[in-house]
Amino acid sequence: MGNFLTWIVWLVAAAACLGTGVRVVTASNPFSSALSLIGNLASLAVLYLLASGEFVAAAQVLVYAGAVMVMFLFVIAYLGGRADAPWAGGTRLIQTASVVAAVSLLAVTLVAVGLEAGDQLSSEADVTRSFGSPAGIGDLFLTDQLLAFEITSIVLLVAAIGGVVLGMRSRAEQEADKAEAAP
Amino acid sequence: MTGPDIPWYLAVASILFTIGVAGVLLRRSPLIVLLSLEIMLNAANLAFVGFSRLHGSMDGQVFALSVMAVAAAEVCVGLGLIVAMARRRLDLDVDAFTELRG
Repeated sequence: MGNFLTWIVWLVAAAACLGTGVRVVTASNPFSSALSLIGNLASLAVLYLLASGEFVAAAQVLVYAGAVMVMFLFVIAYLGGRADAPWAGGTRLIQTASVVAAVSLLAVTLVAVGLEAGDQLSSEADVTRSFGSPAGIGDLFLTDQLLAFEITSIVLLVAAIGGVVLGMRSRAEQEADKAEAAP
Repeated sequence: MTGPDIPWYLAVASILFTIGVAGVLLRRSPLIVLLSLEIMLNAANLAFVGFSRLHGSMDGQVFALSVMAVAAAEVCVGLGLIVAMARRRLDLDVDAFTELRG
């Protein structure tokens, strides 16, 4: 019974994940794209939970669906109507080539997963209840993966500084604004 | 393990990655390109979490968390670029940004 229920939840989450993914790419209004991406991230969090990644699922909802997407929505609101862009670009040849590239990538990965790896992927290791818990992840981050942890913090700091630099008005722009404001 | 095996997770991850690739290649709005990029990163994360469960080692989940941090950094810079473009009254169309061409 538990098995059946898990399958149902998994299938619903996977279908929601793919459906909202398609919606992100096809929607012409960037607002509905961003909102669909929030649904996509939330259904991915359910999939993480079913693969015993509790902390990753929580971080996904907090950091991704929360903080990152709020930033996206703010920028879309700031841009207003200017954010609407024509659906697809390039010549017909480029469009066809993109679709062919994407589909062949899918074919390669599905063949690799479905046929070649075959039996090697079907026997999961036994895990304890603490697998994927915040305590376990934190332990790894502060022992074995300490370097990755520190480098991540530097990457975030550099990105924050980069964001500020990109957002600053240059002196020429400020003077142009002043000249515009002056009667 | 009750529920689906890992190949199911990998299949969803690869389909999701394909959707993201199609979005990046087809759409012209830089905002939608960034959103599609997020989909691709999340597909990779799903594969990481799935393999982490398969091998019973949490290193994959740690990597997924690092990917999330890098994605946040990328969104910060990417949105900064888009806002800077909008302030200069450039067209928000990735096909139109050709001025950096050598």
